[in-house]
Amino acid sequence: MLLLMQAAPSESATLASYPAEVRQLLFHYVLQLADTSLILGHRLSEWCGHGPILEQDLAMANIALDLLGETRSLYQYAAELEGKGRTEDDLAYLRAAVEYRNPLLVEQPNGDFAHTIVRQFLFDNFHYPFLQQLKSSPDERLAGIAEKAVKEAAYHLKWSSEWIIRLGDGTPESRQRVEKAIASLWRYATELTTPTATEKALQEAGIIPDYAALQPAMAAHVAHVLQEATLPTPAASTFALAGGKEGRHSEHLGYILTELQYVQRAYPGLTW
Amino acid sequence: MNQSEWPLWEVFIRSKQGLDHKHVGSLHAADATMAIQNARDVYTRRLEGVSIWVVESTHIHASNPDDAEAFFDPAADKVYRHPTFYDVPDSIKHM
Repeated sequence: MLLLMQAAPSESATLASYPAEVRQLLFHYVLQLADTSLILGHRLSEWCGHGPILEQDLAMANIALDLLGETRSLYQYAAELEGKGRTEDDLAYLRAAVEYRNPLLVEQPNGDFAHTIVRQFLFDNFHYPFLQQLKSSPDERLAGIAEKAVKEAAYHLKWSSEWIIRLGDGTPESRQRVEKAIASLWRYATELTTPTATEKALQEAGIIPDYAALQPAMAAHVAHVLQEATLPTPAASTFALAGGKEGRHSEHLGYILTELQYVQRAYPGLTW
Repeated sequence: MNQSEWPLWEVFIRSKQGLDHKHVGSLHAADATMAIQNARDVYTRRLEGVSIWVVESTHIHASNPDDAEAFFDPAADKVYRHPTFYDVPDSIKHM
């Protein structure tokens, strides 16, 4: 109780210190981050009970839960930024697909294990360096969320990198599968580091990291992992797919939300 | 890759307060790196530990249960092997 009372003034000061338009931008941006980790976490949770081996089944469920934890903190913050009395659950369960702002990459189906690994690797390779920078955001809440999530993201990146190497430098079958996954998913990576108008405005305001500054480290890690995996570096994608961050999604998101939101839609206000 | 090709590993975890690594179970993994990562995911999810050892199960040689009588029973009546006949000075702590 004492902690809450101490924390309350500084938080509201941060929130109150934003002009209305920055607050609106930040609301949309925090939603984007929350949607991204929710959808990817949900995808990973679909593996639960279907993993190739027990140990990896657990590893994917662990990562899904890490992402869900991050999601909750973000939705809670988004709800406060919006200030219209919506809760984290309202934001997760009662918005339509066009209102979701996750990049297309994270809603792509699991496919085989190699497909899931490549999707995860592309995301982790952005997520980890991004959170490292976000830790020093002047926005206290985002900095705090990043501080906690970055340790988890460091492990996720280690895990997915390790698997890219194993699959690439593994058996002919694992190599063929990971090559196929790279060929189909690489085009979604560009969206992660291409700022939308919202992101540009927040980058200029110094609230979130400049993605261009992340790219050298991201490219270096990809090059290192692919080399270890004896996989060729994919040509820079000329056919990049984007739009998710602005609500233009692939057909897959609708199916995810149908499953994710079913209970709240069928029984509004239901709680455990 | 067939799971049955992956060797079995024994996992030892040292808890925060503990001084020694304790055996906690076993798992399958292709090599030591994967075994440590798997052990992290399977056996340290609830803050169980701060350090992990893994060893391939084939490298553990165990005593034969059939030898138990010959191995262990003779120690049962050798009370003089226990240092219980010494008075420990009061100034010695943590004995």
